[in-house]
Amino acid sequence: MAWETVIGLEVHVQLATASKLFSGSSTRFGAEPNTQANIFDLALPGTLPVLNGEALRMAVRFGLAIGAEIGRTSVFDRKNYFYPDLPKGYQTSQLEFPVVGKGSLVIALEDGSTRTIGITRAHMEEDAGKSLHEEFTKETGIDLNRAGTPLLEIVSEPELRTAKEAVAYLKKLHSLILYLGISDGNMAQGSMRCDANVSVRQVGDTEFGTRTEIKNINSFRFVEKAITIEAQRQIEILEDGGRIIQETRLYDSDKNETRSMRSKEVANDYRYFREPDLLPVVIDEAFIEEIRASLPELPDVKALRFQSDYSLSEYDATVLAADRDTADFFEAVAKDCEDAKLSANWVMGDLQAALNKLEISITASTVSSAALAGLIKRIKDNTISSKIAKTVFEAMLNGEGTADEIIAAKGLKQVTDTGAIEKIIDSVLANSQAQVEQYRSGQEKVFGYFVGQVMKESRGKANPAQVNEILKRKLGN
Amino acid sequence: MAISQKDIETVAHLARLHLSENEEQEVLGSINSILAMIDQMQAVDTTNVEPLAHANDAARQRLREDVVTETNQRDNLLKLAPSAENGLFLVPKVIE
Amino acid sequence: MLNQGLTEISRALTRGDYTSAELTAAYLERIEQHNSGLNAYITITGEQALSQANAADALRASGNAGPFTGVPLAHKDIFCTTGIRTSCGSRMLDNFIAPYNATVVEKFNQAGAVMLGKTNMDEFAMGSSNETSWYGPVRNPWNRELVPGGSSGGSAAAVAAHLCPAATATDTGGSIRQPASFCGLTGIKPTYGRVSRWGMIAFASSLDQAGVLTRSAEDAALMMNVMSGFDPKDSTSVELPVPDYLADIDKPLQGLRIGLPSQHFAEGLGKDVELQIRAALAEFEKMGATLKEISLDNSHLSVSAYYVIAPAEASANLSRYDGVRYGYRCNNPVDLEDLYKRSRAEGFGAEVKRRIMVGTYALSAGYYDAYYKKAQQIRRLIKEDFMRAFAEVDVIMGPTSPHTAFALGSKTKDPVKMYLEDIYTIAVNLAGLPGMSIPAGMVDGLPVGLQIVGRDFDETRLLNIAHRFQQATDWHTRTPGV
Repeated sequence: MAWETVIGLEVHVQLATASKLFSGSSTRFGAEPNTQANIFDLALPGTLPVLNGEALRMAVRFGLAIGAEIGRTSVFDRKNYFYPDLPKGYQTSQLEFPVVGKGSLVIALEDGSTRTIGITRAHMEEDAGKSLHEEFTKETGIDLNRAGTPLLEIVSEPELRTAKEAVAYLKKLHSLILYLGISDGNMAQGSMRCDANVSVRQVGDTEFGTRTEIKNINSFRFVEKAITIEAQRQIEILEDGGRIIQETRLYDSDKNETRSMRSKEVANDYRYFREPDLLPVVIDEAFIEEIRASLPELPDVKALRFQSDYSLSEYDATVLAADRDTADFFEAVAKDCEDAKLSANWVMGDLQAALNKLEISITASTVSSAALAGLIKRIKDNTISSKIAKTVFEAMLNGEGTADEIIAAKGLKQVTDTGAIEKIIDSVLANSQAQVEQYRSGQEKVFGYFVGQVMKESRGKANPAQVNEILKRKLGN
Repeated sequence: MAISQKDIETVAHLARLHLSENEEQEVLGSINSILAMIDQMQAVDTTNVEPLAHANDAARQRLREDVVTETNQRDNLLKLAPSAENGLFLVPKVIE
Repeated sequence: MLNQGLTEISRALTRGDYTSAELTAAYLERIEQHNSGLNAYITITGEQALSQANAADALRASGNAGPFTGVPLAHKDIFCTTGIRTSCGSRMLDNFIAPYNATVVEKFNQAGAVMLGKTNMDEFAMGSSNETSWYGPVRNPWNRELVPGGSSGGSAAAVAAHLCPAATATDTGGSIRQPASFCGLTGIKPTYGRVSRWGMIAFASSLDQAGVLTRSAEDAALMMNVMSGFDPKDSTSVELPVPDYLADIDKPLQGLRIGLPSQHFAEGLGKDVELQIRAALAEFEKMGATLKEISLDNSHLSVSAYYVIAPAEASANLSRYDGVRYGYRCNNPVDLEDLYKRSRAEGFGAEVKRRIMVGTYALSAGYYDAYYKKAQQIRRLIKEDFMRAFAEVDVIMGPTSPHTAFALGSKTKDPVKMYLEDIYTIAVNLAGLPGMSIPAGMVDGLPVGLQIVGRDFDETRLLNIAHRFQQATDWHTRTPGV
């Protein structure tokens, strides 16, 4: 039997506002517990919400970026349930009239193809606080700093078919929210969290199978593993003739398994109704157009432009465009050194490797775009070889100066003087009589040996093209 | 519509109210008489009537500027709590 | 001086007839003597009142006094007050001391008013007789065996018994107008959104509105001038300029078109009350007003719709009382469930629990459309009835209550009977309109209230109408012998 997995994702993105969705408390991450929870956040009696305009703008920004209908009138509702990290006993959310309606996202798959994934809706809501279970033996501690932080919940259609597609979708979403500047997207700190609805069915079936919801998966890697393991669990049950129970499950990354969270299931009846403390949020054309005008060039458009403007391959263009800072860096380098291919190779290759090793972002790179362009220029004008360039780059990373300064200080300038190269070659040939004999008797692979010796003598500085040419001429005699 | 004993239990749980057996009986009776009064509404055809959530349904939500206006008031606020320690509100251990 | 209303007090303080400190001390003494019999106050803030009075006198001495400087009043215990307990009539908040003032309180403080104390009320404003308070029932100063009305019964009793010259109050379904009627006072519930709800403990957010209980329309106008206006902290408060409510208070009523809803003069209205109301209406005719019978077709459904909407909103509004961050917590909870269920069971009284249950049920899966949505649809029909009426008339009048104050304990066993107390007042909240009750007669030594309902934000006209009536009659000057 061939099985197919059906996946829909609900992604919660913390919006990067300075203050909370309905109060003037700070949303800064990592503060001492309950130091950023004011009387409204604590749900003291008589306190009331007022909507943060920036959160609304960010939500609309996202909606426009996915080509969605913007809810001209969006409405807040109360979702009622008791939990100690939910001070009001209800979460203010949007049910019937979300701020963002249907839109879509194009994801790139490993085989180079693309798929368009539908986004059902996105709505604004409040984040909950945190329950700390470890600090006390008989009690749970409640920190309400996070309570009321604005979230955008983005709900996809059940159109993803593999765990890898789900990850590609998430990565695309991640790239987009960073582009839009609406979230820091930090998954480790919970700025982006993912719930996955997973079901399986036999290939060819038109009905969906019973789904389970896997809660709060907090890394791309875990999303892939959690979905894979959950689909496998469901397939095994079905193949054994069992039935899937619709329920909420938790992914345990240590054991790489999902397990039932039955406690959350007991009589879940959220009793949604209109939030009477807030009025309908009405957005006019001018509001939308102002936001549309401020949208940056988005990754898909940028990747296309990189292909046409810089003749990059689709792959290179897509990789570079995925991250806004990387794309900006690349463009600065390419414009400066006027060699897009070399710029792309360096940004995606040596620079990215170095940044990964240092665990810093490209904006914190010690080698600026101008400095990298300076290095590439010296490759282009044959001052140094690509190989020497790597040495220079290392020195640049260590803060030893510009490419030109390092080349000068270390005497790395390529030798292009034909006379000087001939002199080295003559000396090498004179000291390698046996190899010369071999070469002339037809063993042409010895040629590499001569090149090696010449480069060694020149300490890598001889221009490789000239070395080849002169060697060939001399050995041909 | 009449409410059953079982409904009372479910609703009391949703509302997180402990009701003694006596209270359940009392509430069952009084809620049923209230529901009977409420059910007078059912006689009116409201098929095409738009629900009205706020008397002033032309009013629009005002937007607040995204500015942090609050300072740390933790010590004052935690004093109101029945149980707090190390800057945290305490509840009986929650088992996930 | 304790017989004077706000307007007279304001003038007397300006003239220097007495100081705020003298007046405040006199009130505190009277409260001391009579409160225990009436139970009008939950908290008496003598010390703070005297210090506010002294500060007001100092301000006056420096020549910086306004019309409210040094004027004493009481606040319903639903308005949060910094450093002073705000109980909302509930055991749940018996230990709750807010670190903030409600906007209404703040505005009176800014105006230099002196707070004498916090008045008793039905628990979380849920009641029509002030018998659901954790602090015990309030008694009607006209007859202590009778209820003062609710939920602002403490404010009403305090003003009627001259334990304060005026008091703030709130009205979700009639909680200002009905006690005004039962206690012989002037009460105004402004248009929804006219007065900030910030810091006022929520019962039903889309219906709650703050107002006042006073001895005259002129006093009410003086209060409204202080407390009205847009508040950026309340999303539902309205950004409209506040008129001077005293400016047009004397305008003649010539040509005023008064609508009389047939439904408010139908079966259920006490004959003797009706006679008093008819007499009052005749008084308006004498002043040049015309009477016209109108119909509020859906008014008989207002109580039904209200008892879905208000409990539904309340069920969510009262979820925050969970024994975690403030307020009552049960002893030795064994687990979280137990903490929630017992704290709420022990912290709330029977009526509050009943309404939470009704509201929770009405919103629960499978019942939402039949109850909550239906009620919202009825709400629109009720609003449209008023809109149609106001195309023909300027104001609507009728009895505030079908009868005068009833006996303590006479309706507590039957919630539906109690709910029907608000039959004439509730629709006004559903429609968000301004409404008043003014003394308009007596039946067997007990006051009868006339309800006046106006168009949105037409408080100026309501106060004007009430004031002209009070210039022509003396019902509002009758006081119970305490």
